[in-house]
Amino acid sequence: MNSLEVSNLKIWDSRTGKVLVPHSSFHVKQRSCLAIVGESGSGKSLTCRAIMRLNKALLHQSGEILLQGVNLTKLSEKEMRKKRGKQLCMIVQNGMRAFDPSCVVGVHLKETLAWHYGWGRDDITVKMKRAMESVMLKDPLAIMNSYPHQLSGGMLQRVMIALAIVLEPDVVIADEPTTALDTITQFEVIEQFIQLRTRMNCAMIFVSHDLAVVKRIADEMLVMKDGAIVERGATRDIFSAAQHEYTRFLVSTGLTLDHHFNKIMGGVSHAEC
Amino acid sequence: MLSVKHVNKSYKKGGLFTRERQQVLSNISFDWQQGECLGIIGESGSGKSTLGQLLLGINEPDQGRILWDGKRVKDRKTRLGNISAVFQDYTSSINPFYTVEQALMEPLMLHKKMRQAHQGNIDQLLHQVGLDSSYRQKYAHELSGGEAQRVCIARAVSTEPRCIVLDEAISSLDGSVQIQILELLKNLKTMYSMGYIFITHDIRAAAYICDRVMILRNGHIVEIVNVEQLKDVQSPYARHLLQMVIT
Repeated sequence: MNSLEVSNLKIWDSRTGKVLVPHSSFHVKQRSCLAIVGESGSGKSLTCRAIMRLNKALLHQSGEILLQGVNLTKLSEKEMRKKRGKQLCMIVQNGMRAFDPSCVVGVHLKETLAWHYGWGRDDITVKMKRAMESVMLKDPLAIMNSYPHQLSGGMLQRVMIALAIVLEPDVVIADEPTTALDTITQFEVIEQFIQLRTRMNCAMIFVSHDLAVVKRIADEMLVMKDGAIVERGATRDIFSAAQHEYTRFLVSTGLTLDHHFNKIMGGVSHAEC
Repeated sequence: MLSVKHVNKSYKKGGLFTRERQQVLSNISFDWQQGECLGIIGESGSGKSTLGQLLLGINEPDQGRILWDGKRVKDRKTRLGNISAVFQDYTSSINPFYTVEQALMEPLMLHKKMRQAHQGNIDQLLHQVGLDSSYRQKYAHELSGGEAQRVCIARAVSTEPRCIVLDEAISSLDGSVQIQILELLKNLKTMYSMGYIFITHDIRAAAYICDRVMILRNGHIVEIVNVEQLKDVQSPYARHLLQMVIT
């Protein structure tokens, strides 16, 4: 069953009339993970924000976006707000900017959960505590009482994942969630994403330009170039036998570093140990 | 040659009236040989960027000495024409009111003897980093990330320094552009016979370009190892770090 179906999505700038994403259609099956790969400026984030309907007012979009059979483009802004967070969850690149800097992290979490589920304060604390422990965050209460600037990028990213676990959305959209993190935190956050998928029945859209990460997490992938989808298919097939020239270029350059690293490390793949 | 001897650095902690200081670097000592590419690897918050600032002389150590050929690196004259830098944030590294040409001329103007000689060499510099002369009149905001970073590298190379400190210079670029920049750095290294100090959290990139790698944790040097011996690292932390690489 398809969790999310996007058909004929077109995004253009209303001032200049420039088409940014010409004609894109794809779908995400339940419990599967779709990766969107491409260089910066290829329209990956634009597509994600179009699904969430969070693009700037000057960017117009057309086409159909079906979430569990409901057409999101036809919803009013008020109904859309109910969908965001509860059914569609977005995890952004920069954790520092995702939280309100003027209040402690807990306030944000309480606000979100109270809005969607109407839970009381104690209820929320108990649920968040459990979720935060499951993403390997030690001392959840202290984290909920600290400001975003007191936490590291990796911690904030995991707080967002914990919130996603509690919200139990149908679709999680992760827009470059690990790009701003260092190697160790990146590894830990990716592990949490993999667990998030196995634990919940959600579908996932994972946007990244890091092919090593994509290879590890995604079942299917889309390759975007200048707004258009140039190739799609199962991740394994694309890595072994890419059809499009651009994909081959991306895969070969992306794996150059890996091969060199593996050669130095004696050909043993260390990610699996 | 750059030598760092017993360097300590601490920053004042938060509050207005607290005397508490946070130790960022403690007892750092190492040598950088002419023409070598030394990688400095660490997690965020391990003090690698602070160390980069100290090497560039834009920040002063609390204790210890940093010497370039026996002279203090804090002294502008020591650094002039010897050390330059490329930073992570390419959008804020170029003066927004300058064209690419002006940006490239900036370090050359400071260099008296180079001023005339290099007037015509802007094209050549741009060519070396894979850009053509049509970029001369462009402004920083008209460039993509990879192009802007190339301009920054061209600017760092223009005075023909013997050492360039690259602080996370490729971290915010796309995978394919990263490779292009790494290749470019490798070529420039042989062309100008200079060395790099390559600060990064990306171990794969460091393994690709560096001769020697220094692993930093909480302001301490965990290990310094040649790239060929990277798989034989001794300390548990370094091993842990290498296992975390997603390939």
